[in-house]
Amino acid sequence: MKERNRKLKPSTILVHFLLLVLVFINIFPLYWMLTFSLKTNDEILGYSYKDPETGVRVQVAPNHVGLPHQWEWSNYAEAMNTGNMGLYFVNSLVVAVSAIAITMVASFMATYALTRLVWKGRKTMNKFFMLGLTIPIHASIVPVYIILSRMNLLNTYSALIFPYAAFSLSMGILISSGFMGDIPYDLDEAAFLDGCGVWGIFLRVIAPLMMPAIATVGIYTFLQCWNELLFATIFVSSGQYRTLPVGVQQLFGQYTTRWGPIGAALSIATIPTLIVYVFLSKRIQDSFIAGAVKG
Amino acid sequence: MKKTFTYRLNIFLFLLPALILFVGVLIAPIIMSAIYSVHDFNSISDTNMKFVGLENYITLFSREMANPETGKLFTNDKFMGDALVNSLLLAGLSVFIQLPLSLIIALKLSKGIRGERAYLSIFFMPVLISTVIIGRLWMNIYDPGKAGILNAGLRTLGIDQWLFPWISSKITSSKLAFTGQWTGFRETALGAAFVPILWQYIGYHMLLMYAGIKGVPPELLEAAELDGCTEGQVNRHIIIPYIKPILKVSVIFAVTGSLKSFDLIYALMKDTTKAELPSTLMYKLLFLHNRYGLGSAIAVILIALCFIFALLITLAFRDKGEKVA
Repeated sequence: MKERNRKLKPSTILVHFLLLVLVFINIFPLYWMLTFSLKTNDEILGYSYKDPETGVRVQVAPNHVGLPHQWEWSNYAEAMNTGNMGLYFVNSLVVAVSAIAITMVASFMATYALTRLVWKGRKTMNKFFMLGLTIPIHASIVPVYIILSRMNLLNTYSALIFPYAAFSLSMGILISSGFMGDIPYDLDEAAFLDGCGVWGIFLRVIAPLMMPAIATVGIYTFLQCWNELLFATIFVSSGQYRTLPVGVQQLFGQYTTRWGPIGAALSIATIPTLIVYVFLSKRIQDSFIAGAVKG
Repeated sequence: MKKTFTYRLNIFLFLLPALILFVGVLIAPIIMSAIYSVHDFNSISDTNMKFVGLENYITLFSREMANPETGKLFTNDKFMGDALVNSLLLAGLSVFIQLPLSLIIALKLSKGIRGERAYLSIFFMPVLISTVIIGRLWMNIYDPGKAGILNAGLRTLGIDQWLFPWISSKITSSKLAFTGQWTGFRETALGAAFVPILWQYIGYHMLLMYAGIKGVPPELLEAAELDGCTEGQVNRHIIIPYIKPILKVSVIFAVTGSLKSFDLIYALMKDTTKAELPSTLMYKLLFLHNRYGLGSAIAVILIALCFIFALLITLAFRDKGEKVA
């Protein structure tokens, strides 16, 4: 306690100062995005007008970093209506939630077989699945594109859900292995003696105890799917199933010179993630650490 | 438990969903990509792919090619060498600038600075934002017009007066003068792309390293303190060797991430040729030129490079670890 009340050392002040500079660098682009999403083009670019009384042209300098003089909420309405950001938001949500569900079921089941059932070759099989941590998504683009087009599945939710789930699987298994390893093996034994088969043990004993893993795997998979661009651009070309990252990209084509709606679209895609982060920051950070540290 | 037939069948059934996804979407496509990469085909409905051997690979690595009829040399716009060099440069910048910065900050934060968690949470925030959004946001930051905040800032401070002519004098790829088009010249575009990458991912590496440092057993640190070690000595001889596995993960992530990088460049620049990367070149070949064989060859090269670098980095870290022990 004494140490805390002692006067701050100059070196500590310097460290805090440098850290605050970094905080500023971190926050400023986001602050700037929010402010220009609420400004008119005139305010962003500056403009000039003729004073009706004196007849002199008056130059108005652009308002780069200040808060908007007049809050243009219509930019958001425009991004939602004309830019379809609402639809893309829902699409992203559908794709992400479905991919999470599939990843979760597949990786919990596989982890159960890999960690709690005893069989020859399970170590090799585990290594095989871990290859997925290194395989870049580029590996799949052409073949999966061709398969999807032959099955008439391009431009559907499935075109994104299954590839996303597949690419989240390795991390899912890696994270679940850690959690499942912490469940005491006595529970399996007890359930077995009570007459449970492997499915019974998995469904009644293991699955309910995997609740903490659901959050970790879910958060990780969610961010992978929510932010993915390459598959989303290539496998879905129709606006009906377009996800947020592609939607934002398209919007830039439509509004090349109008900054307000662009800023609004960027903000619409960013704010929900940041709000969730405010409430779940520890959990979200843990899910990233869990994935990396065990790798 | 007896290893009966049903037991084996159950194991298989438990693995089945994962195997279908994993083999169907990752493993089989790698093999298919390898097969496609030695063929020439220009339409996805094309069932008569022409076998061309290694020709696609040769095309990707020839800076100049001869016209088959006249024999005249022309510059090959499908040359992959520059893109590969660019991605390796990005990897180098990430490993030698981003990671040391992350490590320094993580070391400072983990020593009980007031508000360390708050700092960490703020630094980590950009990791959660979509790279497309970040690319587009930085495109606006770099905007050469009146609204771009970077150039506006430089103008306000008067730095543009000497900085822009200086950059212009260094530009050899174009006769145009540099007036703030950060993503418009070969000489500046890659650097302009690295800044948002640094901005976005520094918090990720910092978080991993911070978590690692917090996992160092306190007895070790106390013992070092009793022995009169300075902070620098503790960092160098105890903490950094201890968190080596995490540093390895960070280096692998930074290198393979740079090789795979697509979103940022694609979102940041209207014309990706100024900072072409393997994946942006691949995207062009596939979906603008319909050269599926060539695109697959790039995919195969990328897969191979990701594995080779992951292996080399793992080996490098293991050797040093053995020497320490």
